[in-house]
Amino acid sequence: MKSVRLLLLALLAFSLTACDSTSNLGSEPQAFVYIENKGSDTMVNLALAWAEAYQNAHPEVRISVTGGGSGTGIAALLNGTVDIANASRKIKPEEVEQAQANGIEPVEFVVARDAIAIIVHPDNPVDRLTLQQISDIYSGKINNWSEVGGEDRPIVRLSRETNSGTHVYFLETVLRLGEKDNKTLFSMDTLLLPSSEGIINEVRQNPNAIGYDGLGYVPQDLKIIAVAKTESGRYVLPMISTVNDKTYPIARDLYVYTAGQPEGAIKDYLDWIHSSEAQEIVAELGFVPILVYNP
Amino acid sequence: MNSKQNWQEFFIPRLIKACGYSAIVFVALIFFFLLREGLPTLVEVPLKALLDPRWYPIEEHFGILPLISGSLLVTVGAMLVAMPFGIGTAVFISEIAPRWVREILKPLIELLGGLPSVMLGFLGILVLAPFLRVFLNLPTGLTALAGSLLLGAIAVPTVVSIAEDALDAVPRGYREGAWALGATKWQTIWRVTLPAAKSGVLTAVMLGIGRSIGETMTVMMVTGNAPVLAVKLNSIFSPVRTMTATIAAEMGEVASGSVHYRVLFFIGIVLFLISLIVNISASAVIFRSKKRAERILS
Repeated sequence: MKSVRLLLLALLAFSLTACDSTSNLGSEPQAFVYIENKGSDTMVNLALAWAEAYQNAHPEVRISVTGGGSGTGIAALLNGTVDIANASRKIKPEEVEQAQANGIEPVEFVVARDAIAIIVHPDNPVDRLTLQQISDIYSGKINNWSEVGGEDRPIVRLSRETNSGTHVYFLETVLRLGEKDNKTLFSMDTLLLPSSEGIINEVRQNPNAIGYDGLGYVPQDLKIIAVAKTESGRYVLPMISTVNDKTYPIARDLYVYTAGQPEGAIKDYLDWIHSSEAQEIVAELGFVPILVYNP
Repeated sequence: MNSKQNWQEFFIPRLIKACGYSAIVFVALIFFFLLREGLPTLVEVPLKALLDPRWYPIEEHFGILPLISGSLLVTVGAMLVAMPFGIGTAVFISEIAPRWVREILKPLIELLGGLPSVMLGFLGILVLAPFLRVFLNLPTGLTALAGSLLLGAIAVPTVVSIAEDALDAVPRGYREGAWALGATKWQTIWRVTLPAAKSGVLTAVMLGIGRSIGETMTVMMVTGNAPVLAVKLNSIFSPVRTMTATIAAEMGEVASGSVHYRVLFFIGIVLFLISLIVNISASAVIFRSKKRAERILS
């Protein structure tokens, strides 16, 4: 269902830009360059915004963006049906093997970053936690704020629904501390809220609550928790600089993959994605822009 | 002209007949589709896994008991709210209220019935849940109780309008007879009018149950959606996850044909069976009382 909606969005974006350019089409017929772009649902809005901005500046280029998930995008790249695959995870070793069997050498580019902020009510005196403490809170080992230096209040755990990619990322990176054979699960009484808005609403009015959400979605009036990897480590707040120097532990890179070193229009497009103009769009959409080296 | 009329005479009754039968066809098709998509669950997932106390489908925990208990708890709570309120309101409108009050109250209650449930959900998140948390000193207001109160409010209009019709249908002679025997207004209502309208009032309650167990949006927004097995007495004060909210939240993203997809359809079958049982018992009550009425008349 979601992919249908995204496809429609992509078509809309496509047709809108198609309308502008019909006027110059009459005067001088141009050869269009088509770029096929597919993959991660997390990134699809970002990819659409990029494509729209780029096509406005380069009317001879047509970029079609579809979602479907990181795996779908990479599979399409390996089969040679798309030029650029978006992925919110790194390519897996078996996918690289399959690519090589097809005679394709996937090339990776980090195009943006996504930080997950841990949020609490502004009156909650707790302002820092270690990854282990957050894991213990969400798995149900810690049930009272006094155990982590707060008031004597029960902890109400808030999470996104299980179909959210953020839920899965949080499970793997925080609850299971990134360990492959760790089988920790969310505590059964974790509230699974269907939207970011639901989490933010509950945290805003409930001093017992703890929640997590993409940094770009967190409003000013909530308190963001500083997180340390270990007890002796430094407690770090999520922001553009700490995500970029990798001191904030709950952040992931967002990638695009191309088949072989990009050339021609694809190379121009990827260069533009790494420009400060494209990275401003990243920040506008609530993701963390990567460092841009403007020569 | 004449031939055109003949043509109409031939065509239109058949069209109307097709419309009538289409309802049956649609119900049958829906049920068939549910069975086709959901029944393979019983083969793919061992029964023991379905009775698992945990619902966490992305890690192959397919325990549906927490979801069933959540739905039942919220529905029972909703009926505890909707029954006294709904029947009380119906009695007031039909027996006590002066004409002009009735004229205002009835459309107002119908308006309440037309409120989109997502709006009540918003009200629940922004007003009711914070109020319940502070008032009852709970860890969170997103609980089965919040769901029950809102679902009760959703079911009240259904209960009121059907129960009021039933009370209205009680012949005036019954009440006049009771008054003539010296019964007070309350005695007349409690001992004569309500028992006479019993079957209609029961139908009202049954349809209210059907309305609340199938409601999705409101419960998804206010019950917290934590799949905890609700068996303790104080479960009403903790978050629950209902069958409807589970289907609504997870169906959009699930891979078609996967085990998770099948289990969601299986939950749909369970939900369908529960509403079927409620509806059948409602019609059984009506049927029995009809037969009784026929016996008296003959």
